[in-house]
Amino acid sequence: MPSLPRPLTLPPDTSGRRALRRRRRGETVTAWAFVSPAVLVILGLSVLPVVWSLLLSFQANDLVTPSRWVGLDNYRALSQDPHFSQAVRNTLLYTVLYVPLSIGIGLALALALNRRIRFVGLYRTLFFVPFVISATAQGVLFSFILDPDFGAANSVLHHLGISPQGFLTDSSQALFVLVAITLWSGTGLCTVIYLAALQDVDQSLIEAARLDGAGRRHLLRHVTLPALSPVSVFLLLWQTIQSLQVFDLVYVTTKGGPLGSTTVIVYFIWEQAFKNFTAGYGAAAAYVLALALFVVAAVLRVVRGRERTLRTKAAA
Amino acid sequence: MTATTTAPGTTARRASEPAAVRHRRFRLPFSAWHVLLAPLAVLFAVPLLWLLLSSVMSNAEINRFPPALWPSGIDLGGYRYVLGNAMFPRWLMNSAIVSAVAVASNLVFGALGGYAFARMRFRGSRVLLVLMLATMAVPFQLTMIPTFLVMKKLGLIDTLGALIVPSLVTPFAVFLLRQFFLSLPRELEEAAWIDGCSRLRVLWAIVLPLARPALATVAVLTFLTTWNDLTWPLIAINHDTQYTLQLGLTTFQGQHHTRWSAVMAGNVITVLPVLLAFLVAQKAFIRSVTSSGLKG
Repeated sequence: MPSLPRPLTLPPDTSGRRALRRRRRGETVTAWAFVSPAVLVILGLSVLPVVWSLLLSFQANDLVTPSRWVGLDNYRALSQDPHFSQAVRNTLLYTVLYVPLSIGIGLALALALNRRIRFVGLYRTLFFVPFVISATAQGVLFSFILDPDFGAANSVLHHLGISPQGFLTDSSQALFVLVAITLWSGTGLCTVIYLAALQDVDQSLIEAARLDGAGRRHLLRHVTLPALSPVSVFLLLWQTIQSLQVFDLVYVTTKGGPLGSTTVIVYFIWEQAFKNFTAGYGAAAAYVLALALFVVAAVLRVVRGRERTLRTKAAA
Repeated sequence: MTATTTAPGTTARRASEPAAVRHRRFRLPFSAWHVLLAPLAVLFAVPLLWLLLSSVMSNAEINRFPPALWPSGIDLGGYRYVLGNAMFPRWLMNSAIVSAVAVASNLVFGALGGYAFARMRFRGSRVLLVLMLATMAVPFQLTMIPTFLVMKKLGLIDTLGALIVPSLVTPFAVFLLRQFFLSLPRELEEAAWIDGCSRLRVLWAIVLPLARPALATVAVLTFLTTWNDLTWPLIAINHDTQYTLQLGLTTFQGQHHTRWSAVMAGNVITVLPVLLAFLVAQKAFIRSVTSSGLKG
């Protein structure tokens, strides 16, 4: 057996190591140069404001004169403010209506469009286009269409022999009309995301289930829908966050009215901070909203995690 | 799973034949699906069609009750009124400037930051990354009041600067590009780097050309959000010379809603850039929406 080669030891090459260190130091400088604009803007305009907002919520502030510390007064006032509780109710009703409807219709459309039918591209475009239109443009367009006096909607109803409606000017209808407008513009998002997810559903799984004699309904319930569940959870989270934060459309169409029937939380915050100049109060309301959003995200995260462990258990 | 083990290739093929036949039937132009989908598609298209039609109607036609549902001729009075308006072209310009700067700077700073987080080691990078990731979960409403105060301290309120600074770079741009850079094989860059190329050169000459789909995604989404934003301009801008189109449109509607054809013409002009961008880059749009949703 030949002897093993002796380890070859070289004297440490100090010049190389120094060059390496210099290079590494240069690398750190470059790295910081690369990230600093992003870090400055993003952290400067989020971490700092998050803390500032918390401090503001304990203060009375009118955006101009120095603020005064009031402790928990803002939060106490919020809990007794009928306008705030109405805003919370409106936002919840809006969310409870919009989120399941948009996801349900979106899923139905995606399942229908996931077949080899003609004009699939055209359908997909038509359903998705409203999504790219700004809430402002939507608001202006629909306040025109739904104008009680000049609007095309009442004109069509007139032709059908139905009495004219108040739509956005009717406090018993306005919130539902807003949900309908958002469904028009937001369902396409769910459809597109579901369509993308349907492309990823394992075809061999479907084939296998079909061979086992599964009907279309079984296939949907036991193969397709479970495969879509991560996307569904994502959409649930996304749409809920979006609808808890709705503002632009309300501002353009109803300004919270009539009779506060469409005052949502973000509208309330904006009104307090930038119209009534009670910024501390607005900040407190914003913190309540942020907390609600955090809870939604956390709950869904737990649900998702439990689902995942269940699935891995089932697989094992 | 059990089916694939019991059924060898040939039976599987034979069993899947009816499925193929079924597909062929669905390809018929007037299958049952169209009966379901077509009316819904019309319902989705009608408001947009009405936007276009009403923008070319004469005022007399629009203000009649019941209003005409189809224009008797094309009347461009609304467009002439809007573009001859002292402010409207200016708002269009402001929106264009803010969106163009936002797109360009998100690409530049997003790529630089994303590349550093993906490929370079430096002290604190972990913590920074996690912090920035966390900011994506912060709702805008929470930061808008202090951001207003920051912009006021900087003397930017009522200038386009107040609109530009917060949209210079978003965590979304940094993260999306970082994820994309991580997916590229390191070897491509390492050779160039060892040959003495600077990091910036490697990024510019090797990484960015490969990252075109990710860059398109960032560009598309940045344009969409900055062009369409109303909330922040509403807070940061008071003077009408600094309005963006969206903000201008809301006040325009208030002042001129007896000239609905003009309001709708303004609305068409507001919608058109996004709509054109969408129709041209439909694939990039859809990809950006799905990737930001599913993987982002």
